[in-house]
Amino acid sequence: MMYDGGKIIIGLLIFIGFSTFPFLFTMGKAVAKPEPKIDTPEIQKMVDKKCIESKQYMKTEHMVILNDWRDAVVRDGLRLYKSKDGRSFDMSLQNTCMKCHSSKKKFCDECHNYVAVKPYCWDCHIAPQEGT
Amino acid sequence: MGILFSFAVVIAIVLIVFAGVRGAGLNYLFAIIIPYLALLTFIIGVTYRVFNWGRSAVPFRVPTTGGQQFTLPWIKSNKLDNPHTSYGVIGRMILEVLLFRSLFRNTKAELHDGPRLVYGSEKLLWLAAIAFHYSFLVILLRHLRFFTVPVPTPIQFLEFVDSFFQVGAPLVYITNFVIVIALLFLLYRRLGMPQIKYISLPSDYFPLFLILAIVLSGIYMRYFDKVDIVGVKQITMGLVSFRPTIPDGIGIIFYIHLTLVCTLFAYFPFSKLVHMAGVFLSPTRNLANNNRMQRHVNPWDYPIKVRSYDDYENEFREKMKKAGIPVEKE
Repeated sequence: MMYDGGKIIIGLLIFIGFSTFPFLFTMGKAVAKPEPKIDTPEIQKMVDKKCIESKQYMKTEHMVILNDWRDAVVRDGLRLYKSKDGRSFDMSLQNTCMKCHSSKKKFCDECHNYVAVKPYCWDCHIAPQEGT
Repeated sequence: MGILFSFAVVIAIVLIVFAGVRGAGLNYLFAIIIPYLALLTFIIGVTYRVFNWGRSAVPFRVPTTGGQQFTLPWIKSNKLDNPHTSYGVIGRMILEVLLFRSLFRNTKAELHDGPRLVYGSEKLLWLAAIAFHYSFLVILLRHLRFFTVPVPTPIQFLEFVDSFFQVGAPLVYITNFVIVIALLFLLYRRLGMPQIKYISLPSDYFPLFLILAIVLSGIYMRYFDKVDIVGVKQITMGLVSFRPTIPDGIGIIFYIHLTLVCTLFAYFPFSKLVHMAGVFLSPTRNLANNNRMQRHVNPWDYPIKVRSYDDYENEFREKMKKAGIPVEKE
């Protein structure tokens, strides 16, 4: 026996709808995990297929590196990046990063779209032309 | 006592996760089983509490009255603080739920030299409460980006607004700061003000410590000890599509954050936090003050067989006449 049962049940249905929203939204569909492509011609030419830092480090810290690079280049005019294992790189998104990772669509966007991150790199930089 | 106990419980949860994941390798337990159980406990628990409240009779209108009651049409009544219509009640509920109006009206009492008792307005608590609740809501909604593919536009927009100042990388959220400051103030109230401390219980401290731990572990995970966020989303999407997977190499801080959140969800229905549902069922808020206009019958009343004097006289009229007792009808 409930008093004002109708209103309470409507309220409860709204509550359950909200708290199970992700389940209702997905409906049990499998979601493909992102596969960023690292098979560009430039990478295949490399003997030692290594990014500027280790893969694990790049995975979690690339945004920090890019942010630091921007500050160093734009504000202080410093362009030389020394990696942890002593190699030197030009601090440049377009000339260093995108030289190997030449496809924004197949590399950057894969993961960024998956986790809905919208970096503002391309507000200033010119996004590379995608050859379909 | 209560402070230390609540703090120790939060620390213990963190240590258990640490031992469970790092030591015993119970990733499946902490990333899959506990989240499902916590969500079930949350939904069933809150529903049960609401059903229970719904079963309690409200025999009489008991609204708190914060203004002039409706009497005669030419006397101005306060429609929101003393509503007598359903529309007034809806308005009052909207103000209560969205703007915490009753907390806004909160006053404080202070004893000054003299001794002199002084009442004053107390808006800081209201401000901290609003800041905390809305930050929490924004943070909760923002997290939907881990639970949906594709992420709905409103969620992305919310995140855009929250990171509007574009500071640092990953972008700093405004709510990060707001919720921490609000929580620290709410904690300071209970720790630093003797009167509030006197009436505080472990059930007051624990949610504060727990939520603070959730917030700090989340901030730490986003900006300092970063985890593989794509791997994290694979876990969360596995959960919501009932295809659980756990990629390797997810940092321990993720498991700590997740388990603290699960603790909050599971603890919710048993604690004062159910005021989330309770505010909608508060008889002092959601009833119209119309006792003078409408008759409210107590639902507990069982039907009483009433016998009128007419009835009585009809049965005994002849005998009454014979005995010489006066009757109303001949």
